[in-house]
Amino acid sequence: MTRRLTILLLLLTMSVALVAAARDQNAAKKRASRLGSAPASAEARSNPYEGNHDAVRAGQKLYGRYCAECHGKDLAGQRKTPALDSQNVEQAAPGKLFWVLTNGDLRKGMPAWSELPEQQRWQIVSYLKSARNK
Amino acid sequence: MWTQAGVIPPSEEESLKNLVPDRRAGAPRPVRWEFSFRPWKLVARSAALAILVLIFCGGAHAQGRPYFVAYNHHMEEPGALEISVNPLFASQDGGNDFVANWVEFEYGAKAWWTTEFYLDSQSTRNESTLFTGFRWENRFRLLWQEHWINPVFYIEYVDINDADKIMKDVVGHDTQADHATPNDLARRERKREIELKLILSSNFKGWNISENIVAEKNLSNEPWEFGYALGVSRPLALAARPDPCTFCPENFIAGIEMYGGLGDRYSFGLKDTSHYLAPLLAWNLPRETTVRISPTFGLNENSHRFLLRFGISHEFGGFGRRVAQLFRGGKP
Repeated sequence: MTRRLTILLLLLTMSVALVAAARDQNAAKKRASRLGSAPASAEARSNPYEGNHDAVRAGQKLYGRYCAECHGKDLAGQRKTPALDSQNVEQAAPGKLFWVLTNGDLRKGMPAWSELPEQQRWQIVSYLKSARNK
Repeated sequence: MWTQAGVIPPSEEESLKNLVPDRRAGAPRPVRWEFSFRPWKLVARSAALAILVLIFCGGAHAQGRPYFVAYNHHMEEPGALEISVNPLFASQDGGNDFVANWVEFEYGAKAWWTTEFYLDSQSTRNESTLFTGFRWENRFRLLWQEHWINPVFYIEYVDINDADKIMKDVVGHDTQADHATPNDLARRERKREIELKLILSSNFKGWNISENIVAEKNLSNEPWEFGYALGVSRPLALAARPDPCTFCPENFIAGIEMYGGLGDRYSFGLKDTSHYLAPLLAWNLPRETTVRISPTFGLNENSHRFLLRFGISHEFGGFGRRVAQLFRGGKP
């Protein structure tokens, strides 16, 4: 009885993981850019640190700490992660970038950074928006 | 029953009275602070492991979880491996004080799936130092996006003996008396358990509020036991300073957690359960190591009066990618 229950629960765990992984792959094929899936309400949000030079520096520090591992220190991206010094990012509304940072793209492997306070997420957005002009 | 090491012959009792104060009125018998109790040995070994981790650390990123018992909805980054050492110092009424420790290996399998492996051990004064078992835990985020409340499903397989004292969860009718059983006896009883949790977690204006509902089943035909854990935490500063710094308030997270048992299937409720309240402080160091400390206070007579939890963790960013590269070759 005990062994059966253990096996059953372990199978349940694996099933959940496999089903979610399958969903993950299917969904990833269907989706293009995460920026495109941000809702209109996100676009309307403005960056409270707009034009703040200290926020850009703080954002650069935070980027180095949390984002550079995957997106590269120079924002050029890596094999599976997009470049962030692109025109797409430069032209995107700050609110959309903030939304992507907050929600991540769990299907494609980008974690949600909602554990960072809003202020720090906006500081990262400030850095991303300014990075291409440097 | 007491081990021989803990019993003092009557002839020596008088001479030892001045050396070892009896902390409890009506204590069953005095115990000697013997050299055989070396909690620091366990802690030193754990610290040595932690130092090795720091020496060989690679690039890392991410904040550590501030809580010791409660969980929030934040997952390990995919491909990252976090190793942590978490000693717990406990005072024990009617028994010997102890140090318990768990070493945790947390891996981000996916952005929505974190898997963890634990090795438990403990050292009890006047008794012995033991490896007490292992745990394998999985957490799955149930929703793709952030919401007011973010649910996570948690499932854990536990294979430990009865001498396990890490108190990673408090469920059912767990009380401090359970930890008074001498190691020699307790280690003989093996426990295999399945633990399920529903983790509900919210972020609001820099605060994290987490509620965990716990259900645990000993697989040897014992009833389901229940418990809870609540946690609230917040960084000391919400915006980051522009310059790199070690002691900036943004690097510290303060909080409090509360946890306890809720009885079992046949006697659900607060009767004969233990509960704890634990303020905590986490410090994210610049090299992406996190140090945590939490003095914990028992809230009723079934609880340990005082516990001190300590944790040090380090994350290896891109660990999965590097391992894959070893097998595959070529650039990451």
